[in-house]
Amino acid sequence: MITGRTREIVQLAMPWLAMALFLAIWEVVCVVFDLPEILLPRPSRVFEVFIQRIDILLAYCWDTLWTTVLGFLLAIAGGVMLGVLIGASPLVYAGLYPLLIAFNAVPKVAIVPILMIWIGVGPTPAVVTAFVISFFPIVVNVATGLATIEPEMIDVLYSLGASRFEILRKVGIPRAMPYLFASLKVAITLAFIGSVIAETVGGNRGIGFLMLSAGARNDAPTTFAGLFAIAIMGVAMYAVCALLEKRMTRWAFRGQLVS
Amino acid sequence: MTFVELKSVSLTYRLGKETTLALADGTMAIGKGEFVAVVGPSGCGKSTIMKLVTGLLPATSGEVVVAGQRVTRPIKGVGMAFQNPTLMPWRTTIDNVLLPMEIVEPHKRRFRRHRAEYVARAMALLKTVGLADFADKFPWQLSGGMQQRSNLCRALIHEPELLMLDEPFGALDAFTREELWGVMQALWLEKRFTGVLVTHDLREAVYLADTVYVMSRRPGRIVMSRHIDLPRPRTLASTFEPAFVDIVHELRDRIHQEHAA
Ligand SMILES: Nc1ncnc2c1ncn2[C@@H]1O[C@H](COP(=O)(O)OP(=O)(O)OP(=O)(O)O)[C@@H](O)[C@H]1O
Ligand SMILES: [Mg+2]
Repeated sequence: MITGRTREIVQLAMPWLAMALFLAIWEVVCVVFDLPEILLPRPSRVFEVFIQRIDILLAYCWDTLWTTVLGFLLAIAGGVMLGVLIGASPLVYAGLYPLLIAFNAVPKVAIVPILMIWIGVGPTPAVVTAFVISFFPIVVNVATGLATIEPEMIDVLYSLGASRFEILRKVGIPRAMPYLFASLKVAITLAFIGSVIAETVGGNRGIGFLMLSAGARNDAPTTFAGLFAIAIMGVAMYAVCALLEKRMTRWAFRGQLVS
Repeated sequence: MTFVELKSVSLTYRLGKETTLALADGTMAIGKGEFVAVVGPSGCGKSTIMKLVTGLLPATSGEVVVAGQRVTRPIKGVGMAFQNPTLMPWRTTIDNVLLPMEIVEPHKRRFRRHRAEYVARAMALLKTVGLADFADKFPWQLSGGMQQRSNLCRALIHEPELLMLDEPFGALDAFTREELWGVMQALWLEKRFTGVLVTHDLREAVYLADTVYVMSRRPGRIVMSRHIDLPRPRTLASTFEPAFVDIVHELRDRIHQEHAA
């Protein structure tokens, strides 16, 4: 018999077990097939390098982290504003939506060189790329939240005498919140992709730059250490967003997830 | 005194090239403090009438007059309740009930400063529908019947002159529904607002209404208006008395004619 408590512990341990298993298989495969380090370094070797070069890794992680988070925060601010405009006004929706789609279809890597011409190398292209890439899902989600209010809810408010602004404030914004927070989980991951791309294409700092230069020196363990660092930051920020989502929009889960 | 008047009102829905004549000729006069019920086949334009009276939809032709004023845009301060309770899941029951106070004048102006007074008022109302213990629960913690009760409280808290009910008991089980008829009647006897109830349940219509309007199939017209002069308060037992049952049969026969036509 598995009791509730043990099940809970097992559930909590599962992700760690899965990761350990994955790393173990990786290690074994490298040893058994005797893969050259430059092709695929063993995880234990990556950890070794990780510890050895922790100073530079931390410094570059910090660069990547703050550019990502800054771009992400700007994307939230801009995305919420534009999302509210689009969701609340059919006219703005009609005008801007196609433009947004077109904008989103442009591969973001392509804009980095342009950004560099405009603003040079440094942290700014990373911030801008993180912003641009994480902006879209936020806008779309916020607009969707606003556009899918039950018409009857709006009827009730209109017949009470509410203005459009009041409807937006009383129903629109609260209703868009779960959509916003759901989009943040996606957006933060995308923001990391954006800033790392920018660092890789034209940075002089950050994890992307570190990986690129390590790659150029055929230093595979350092490249992989960089990958691990990004993964860790990505998961951590995702967790922050998920936690925020749970806290802020308890009602949307009907109290199920939070007991 | 007539409070709500529809003078040969018609309404055509337009969706691109497609047009639907939903209401052909709506003519009715509802007195102040009168409670009317509207019955008729599905899709005959009952919900459309509700939207016309509250000004949510402009009439294609004809005229809607409420309180002596021609309705051209949404009129203010009307209480509305639909089949779907449309409570806000992010608000507790009491905060849902208090919503009209944040919108309707003069309460809107006073709400912040006199919150306690309004909360007391909402609590009193919740108590009459048996929800006093659930004031701090969220709508998703309530049963369907409880949600509908809160919905009715929200429609009534600001003591509207006009209450529009579109099948508010439609989704409930028979016992809860009949219990809420009693609650509704008691509230109406106390406050004497003008009420318009759309329903598919003829017993419900006869139990609650002073006048029952029967509508034709789409495009809707009023084909019968039946005054119900049974004494109040009506009880569930009275719904099985011959006088009551006769009226229900009379209405049923008229609606069957519509279905046969
Ligand atoms: N927004 C709309 N656009 C186009 N047609 C509509 C719209 N709303 C209703 N209709 C049409 O108008 C007619 C009347 O609709 P209405 O909702 O008033 O019916 P109803 O009497 O309330 O029906 P029910 O008893 O099923 O609720 C229907 O044929 C419906 O298809
Ligand atoms: Mg209807």
